[in-house]
Formats: sequence, C-alpha cells, structure tokens
Amino acid sequence: MNLAITTESLTKKFGAFTAVDAISLEVAQGEIFGFLGANGAGKTTAMRMLTGLSRPTSGRASVAGFDVSRQPEQIKRNIGYMSQKFSLYEDLTVKENIRFYGGIYGLSLKNIGIKTEQLLEELDLREVSKTPVKSLPLGWKQKLAFSISQVHDPAIVFLDEPTGGVDPITRRHFWELIYRAADKGRTVFVTTHYMDEAEYCDRISIMVDGKIAAMGSPSALKKEHQAPSINELFVRLARVTTAGLG
Amino acid sequence: MKTILFIIQKEFLTIFRTKGMLPILFVMPFVQMIILPFAADYEIKNIKLTIVDNDRSALSRQLNSHFQASPFFEVLYANTQEEAESRVQSNQSDLYLVIPPRFEYRLLKERNAPLHLTIDAINGAKAGVAQAYVQSIILGFNREVIAEWGPQLQGQALAALGAPIDVSYQNWFNPDLDYNTFMVPGILVLLVTLIGGILAGINIVREKEIGTIEQINVTPIRKYQFITGKLVPFWFLGLFELAFGMLLGKLLFDIPMVGSIGLVFLFATVYLLLVLGLGLLVSTFANTQQQSMFLMWFFMVIFILMSGLFTPIESMPRWAQTLTWFNPIAYFVEVIRLVMLKGAGWADIQGSFFKILAFAVVMNVLAVWNYRKRS
Repeated sequence: MNLAITTESLTKKFGAFTAVDAISLEVAQGEIFGFLGANGAGKTTAMRMLTGLSRPTSGRASVAGFDVSRQPEQIKRNIGYMSQKFSLYEDLTVKENIRFYGGIYGLSLKNIGIKTEQLLEELDLREVSKTPVKSLPLGWKQKLAFSISQVHDPAIVFLDEPTGGVDPITRRHFWELIYRAADKGRTVFVTTHYMDEAEYCDRISIMVDGKIAAMGSPSALKKEHQAPSINELFVRLARVTTAGLG
Repeated sequence: MKTILFIIQKEFLTIFRTKGMLPILFVMPFVQMIILPFAADYEIKNIKLTIVDNDRSALSRQLNSHFQASPFFEVLYANTQEEAESRVQSNQSDLYLVIPPRFEYRLLKERNAPLHLTIDAINGAKAGVAQAYVQSIILGFNREVIAEWGPQLQGQALAALGAPIDVSYQNWFNPDLDYNTFMVPGILVLLVTLIGGILAGINIVREKEIGTIEQINVTPIRKYQFITGKLVPFWFLGLFELAFGMLLGKLLFDIPMVGSIGLVFLFATVYLLLVLGLGLLVSTFANTQQQSMFLMWFFMVIFILMSGLFTPIESMPRWAQTLTWFNPIAYFVEVIRLVMLKGAGWADIQGSFFKILAFAVVMNVLAVWNYRKRS
C-alpha cells in the first residue's frame, strides 16, 4: 500500500491552546478519506499543516512523500486545496480563473487551453465560460473551485467543507466529481459536516478536541461502536466534549 | 517569469473590473488639478487697508492714490487712528496706515516724514506679504517725490535725501509669480503617490479579506513572483496617472516643461517602486482594508505635510528638516519642480535619484520578506 499522507503525533499549539493534539494517521493513495469533527475540533488547522500553510509545533507529517516542516513548497506542487472560504476571483470569468490558476501552477498555454475545454465540458459550464464568477450560483462556483484546485492534476487533493451551504442535488453531483477524481488514482482528503457524505468515504476519522477519537471504514466503525449510523456515532463522541465543556 | 505574467494579467483584469476604479483613475486627477492649485494659492490680493490721512495735503493724496492704484489693496478711510484700530480688531481691515499731520511739510523741508503702519499679524504669511507690498508702494512714492521735487529742493537738502534706495525684485523661473506653475508639479507628485500607495496598500489585504490569498499560498508560487506581479500593474497605473496629470496641467494651466520630460518619468519610475513597496509592505502587515488604509494614511499625511509642497522645507525647524531626509515625497516634489520649472538635468537630481532607488530596494525587500506564505 502506497501512502499518500502520514502523520506522527502532529501537533499545533496557539499559545497555551492546543488546536491539534498529537494526531497520527495514514491515508493510502487513491483513498477517499473523510476527516470529521465538530466545529473547532481542529480539522482546518490540521489540514492547513498538511497543505504547508501552517507550521507544525511538533510531530511529523509527510504528504506526497515530502516533509511538511521542511519541504512545504514541494508539497504544494503535488497537492490541490479547496479552502472553506471561497477562493476564486469573483471579478474574473470562469475561463479567466482557469487560466490564472493554470498559469501559476506552471501549465503551458496549450495545456491551459486543453484543460479549460475539458473542465467546461465536465462541469457543463460552457454557456457561462465568459461570465464573471460572482454571478454564478453557489453550487456552480463550488464545483468550479473544486476542479480548479486540481487544474495541475495533483496526486492529493484537500477539500475543506467543499459542500457547505450547497443544495442536496449539487452535493450529489459534487460527490460524483470526487469519485471521478479518486478513480483516476487521486487521493481525496475531505472534511464535512454532512454525515451522509461520511458514509461515501473509504475511511473516516472523527476528531474531538484536537485528538482523533475514532478512525476506520464507516462500516467497521459502526460495528465497533454499535452505532446505527455515522451520525449517531459522531453525536455520541462529540457529546463527550460538549458535556466536558459544560 | 511566466508566472509573473499570469499574475500581472489577472491584476489588470481585476483592477479594471473593480467598481469605482475608473473614476478614481480619471476623475481624481481632474479634481486635484482643478481644486488644489487654486486653493493652495499663496498670492494675496484684496488686502483691506485703512488709511488715516491727518495731513490732507497734495502729497498725502498722491500717496493715497498709489495705494488705490495697486491691485493688492482695497483702500478704506478713517478719520482717527482709534477708528482704524477698531476696524482691524473687528476684522474689517487687515492693516492701517497713519499719515501724520504736516507730512508734506516735513517731507519737503525736513526731508524726513515718518509714517505709521499697523498690521494684523494673526496670519503671519499674509502680514509679511502685506508689509512688503506697502513698503514697495512707499518706495515708489519716494522715488516719485524725489523726481518731482528734487530740482526745487535746496542742493544741500537733495544731497541729504540722497539717491533713492532702489530695491528691485526679480523672480526667476516663475517670472509672473504664478502659483499654478509652482503648485501643479507638486500636485502631480501627490497624484502619483496616492494612486500608487493607497491602491497597492489595499490590494494584498483585499485578497486576505476575500480569502483568495489562501489559495495563492497553497500554490508553488514564489514570494517575489507574487509581489512583483502585484507591483507591476500599479506601477504602470502610476506612470499613466503622471502622464495624464501632466497633460491636464499643460491644457488647464499651461505648465512649463523646461527640463526633460524623460527625466521626470525616470525619476517617477523609481519613486513609484518605493511608494508601491511601502504600500505592499503595509498590506502584508494589515489584516483588513481599513487597517491598511489607516496605516497608509498615517504615513501619507506626515509625508505630504512635511514634503515642502505647501510650506518650504527651509522654514521648518532643523529636526524637521532632518526628518525630511527620509521623506520620499519631499525628494520627488523637489526634483519635479527642479526639472519642470528650472530645467535641471541628470547631474542635479542624481543624488536624490540614488537615494530613492536605495529606499525602493529596501522597501520591496522588506515587503517580500514580510509576506508570509505560511503561519
């Protein structure tokens, strides 16, 4: 099994607050890995460390074979990242956004042209290719952001709540896109708050208070914890902390 | 290199699609050019002068008529010194002149006739100018008296009166004392500075606010590529504004261009690098557009007020003059005036040029260094 992502006791502290507390996990190449956790559990912070945006306080992690502390720029060449915050240029058109991101990932103009055609076709956005992104519906923007984050065909793609605020039909489409990417051998590391989406993942982990409270395939986890659904399991694990806070 | 071109292309597209950007680029120079030169005009006219004529002789009337003929004075009359003084105190008059009794007699017989002048000096600059005007009118009158009455005066008296003091003024480089000519080059500097500094200052911060910076930071883009890509579009805009402003200056005020226009642009090129670098540096610190605007505003106000644009640097206290050594606006104001109005050449401005170049390098290195791709 080829590993796309490994972490060993990866930790991030902000002053006295430990946002990510010694997490260790392994994600195989081509796997869809669901990274679950309540708001503030430390998912985004962990993901920012894996994508080279944030420096780990301690512990080790390697992504696409590169060390996150020492080789963040090499990692960036090999990953795609779709952040929680919307990340396309709203004033630019669909085509211009594709061209810009293709350009800064070092694609040749010819490849940018090919990629543009391919994306417009795949996402069914040809009609609006010259429309500024700001006037597209949210669902379309999200799908476009997803595709653009992989314009350079990375080995791994990180998705931070990619379907937040999107309607169920678009969410279904979105997951079709994720499956398509995984079929091409791409590793997908995704955070979500939708537990039905968690069931679509090959494996999931549930983060509670900066620690990984459970990890495994959805079916194995349900069996292990005797929970009827991932939703039930999530609530059970998360409640522990809420009670603790109270 | 290719990466930088993609960033530049994207910047231009976003700049021109930003609402309000075109009015800023085209209307701002117009408004600054039309309003500021007139508002910052130091020419003082319509000085309200009250004359108390206690002599009422031919010669005192002759002196009065000199003041009336002057375009600078609006002449009022009072019967007593007290009346004149109360007018000055109630702001109806800026100064008063008292012609004593027996003025004509003393002037012709004793060759010496004192006049009394009182000036409201609350506005020091205006008071100084008014005093100079009054003196020059009295001198003119003096000469006239000598020319007219000289032959009739006793030989001895004439000798004592002596040759009239000849105070002559000659204004170099701005012969008509035209304040537009003086102000417009400085306002061009303001224009370039505001466009460059403020727009660049909010640019990176804007990307922080909308979240695109995170997407940029997760790409393999190099810091210098990103900063350069941000710099170049605003650099072009700044030079364009300078050209546009110069054209307006020429059309509206017929501003002279004695020196080389290329030299002005050469200097502006380096100057803009400095201002843009400062703007970008500020925007790597700031988290919101408001913060960045406030910081830039802080620098701009100090730089502009201490630039010598409105008040001469020579009349500032020594410590303030020392501070202007670090004030980029002061350099450009000086250089643009030297080149446009005096025709200064490369040899005259190279000192300023290299200093600005050094500042520009420091500023941009700091901006690249302080831009963090990871936290």
